[in-house]
Amino acid sequence: MLFALAVAAVLLALPHLAASAEQRELAVFLLINALLVCSYRLMTLTGEWSLAHVVMMGVGAYASALIAKRLGLPVPVALPLGAAVAGLVAYILSFPLLRMQGFYFLIGSFAAGEVIRLAWRLSELRPIFGGPKGIRSIPGWEDWQLFGYKIAWWSAANYYYLALGIVAASLFVLWRIERSRHGLVFHALHWQDKLAESVAVDARGYRTTALVAASAFAGLAGGLLAHYLGTISPNAFEVSRMVDVLVWVIVGGTATFYGPILGLVVLTLVNELVLRSLGVDQARPLFLGGILILAILFLPQGLESLVEKARARIWG
Amino acid sequence: MGEAAASLPVPYTSVFGPVPTVVSGFAGPFGVRSLELILQTFANAAYAASYLALVAVGLVLIFGVMGIVNFAHGELYMLGAYATFYFYSEQQMSFLVAVALGLVLVGAFGLLIERGLFRPLRDNPLGGLIASIGLLLCLQAAAALEFGTKKKPVVAPTQEILTLLPGVTLPWTRVYVILVAVGLLTALWIFLKRSKFGWALRACAQDPEAAALQGISMNQTARLAMFIGAGMAGVAGALTAPLVEPEPHMGHGIIVAAFIVIIVGGIGSLGGAVIAAVLYALVQTFVTTYWNGVMADIVGLLLMLIVLVVKPAGLFGVKDRA
Repeated sequence: MLFALAVAAVLLALPHLAASAEQRELAVFLLINALLVCSYRLMTLTGEWSLAHVVMMGVGAYASALIAKRLGLPVPVALPLGAAVAGLVAYILSFPLLRMQGFYFLIGSFAAGEVIRLAWRLSELRPIFGGPKGIRSIPGWEDWQLFGYKIAWWSAANYYYLALGIVAASLFVLWRIERSRHGLVFHALHWQDKLAESVAVDARGYRTTALVAASAFAGLAGGLLAHYLGTISPNAFEVSRMVDVLVWVIVGGTATFYGPILGLVVLTLVNELVLRSLGVDQARPLFLGGILILAILFLPQGLESLVEKARARIWG
Repeated sequence: MGEAAASLPVPYTSVFGPVPTVVSGFAGPFGVRSLELILQTFANAAYAASYLALVAVGLVLIFGVMGIVNFAHGELYMLGAYATFYFYSEQQMSFLVAVALGLVLVGAFGLLIERGLFRPLRDNPLGGLIASIGLLLCLQAAAALEFGTKKKPVVAPTQEILTLLPGVTLPWTRVYVILVAVGLLTALWIFLKRSKFGWALRACAQDPEAAALQGISMNQTARLAMFIGAGMAGVAGALTAPLVEPEPHMGHGIIVAAFIVIIVGGIGSLGGAVIAAVLYALVQTFVTTYWNGVMADIVGLLLMLIVLVVKPAGLFGVKDRA
């Protein structure tokens, strides 16, 4: 309980602890990425590892940006609509993709994601998606007038609290999904899918639910990103971004809810604060790859296993 | 369409990396459709199929014996290309020696990977895959640190052009790639069918446990597969270096293409990989020539998705290997 309060206090104070505008911006990205990795974990609960998750984030970003910009709908409306579009696209993709499992699903999801991403680049579709340069001047969240104060959401410090509210609510929903009957079935499918099917569990249906829900939340994260940055392009959702997500999740661990967030926070801090200050920009993937290899060789259960061990030691 | 036509002849790089440069004097989508262009595109496809087959066969071999999908295989190809750049362009050795060094050194690096990464992770298929992604990041960064992120020009060993038919030509550097690929793949085929090592290798690919019971050493076989697989990727990179110009991220394009090829060909099938490489190269070069590069990527990926959905074991795969 004390620990939860401490986390909440740090989260609320974070923009004021940040030393520079860049660090405040980093705090916003951390929140958005936290939603991304947690939604990814929902998918991995069923035992399937997708390589299209970042593209699904992009689908939400493009949809939300286009809805706000072209249809002129307010951002608070565009954001959930964007998430819904991501969920819908995932639902359509689930028909071919969920016929596969394991490595085949991995590669199939990669192919499906790349097709979508390349479609954004296509010169024939430039009037809609803007080609390789993407969409610019996406409307931001409208300013609020509160008791005579004007709250401008373009500033990182303010947007942080907006994102914090949305991300916290989303994480709560994700957490409830995992604790629900659905979540238990996801676990069952991971460990004993044949057995689960033999007791009349619709494996395909539950996998579809997991994929659609995970993609919708990824789409929400994408929308948050798009309306903050004001510009998105196909390159922002490249497969190398997906590799980042994989590294965060693997290094953090997937057995617990906080594992992926732990991996994200630790690696981002190492990356931004330590490596950036060393000024070795080109060598950063070297460290990232090295950490990934070391993690899979010597800490296959992720950082969370260390936390769990420490907890077991302290509380018996 | 003027703008599109103007931007087309530029060598296109995307997820697939440098696509073989298309004919010059190209007049726009569906513009020129002469017989010459069709034959020329076939010749270009033969070149693309050759180096793709070398990479894909190595990938299949490694997967067959160790059950690990080597995501870093494209980076082995990149190492081969840098071997040519270093030994041939910088150290002024002969092209042939540089290519041979590329084969041996990348093959030896494959042995290191087998010992250091894949052997400890053999009973953890996802682990091997993740480790190879880590390796991919390391190798890309190492290449960028050592050689910079810019493309390194490699002067072709010969400027001569082979005229196949009037109007249909192929530079000798590309002909070399085709000849070496055909030679190496034939040698590999004979090796696998005739030699004792080849028997052991195929036995391990079919059933590792049964093979081990017959006294076949898993470690030795894995080493052999890794050396051949890595060496072939290295030789493909070394040979194509003058054409694609080495850069740290060149492996990305080839690995995606190689994945498409091994999925379409059936993931455990060496012959399937070769046939799929030819098919894929044909589709890729023709769509690039007559439409554009992004479209060619999309068509290639859709092709793989369709095969995955309709015939998950691949066109030439055996049903129960999944």
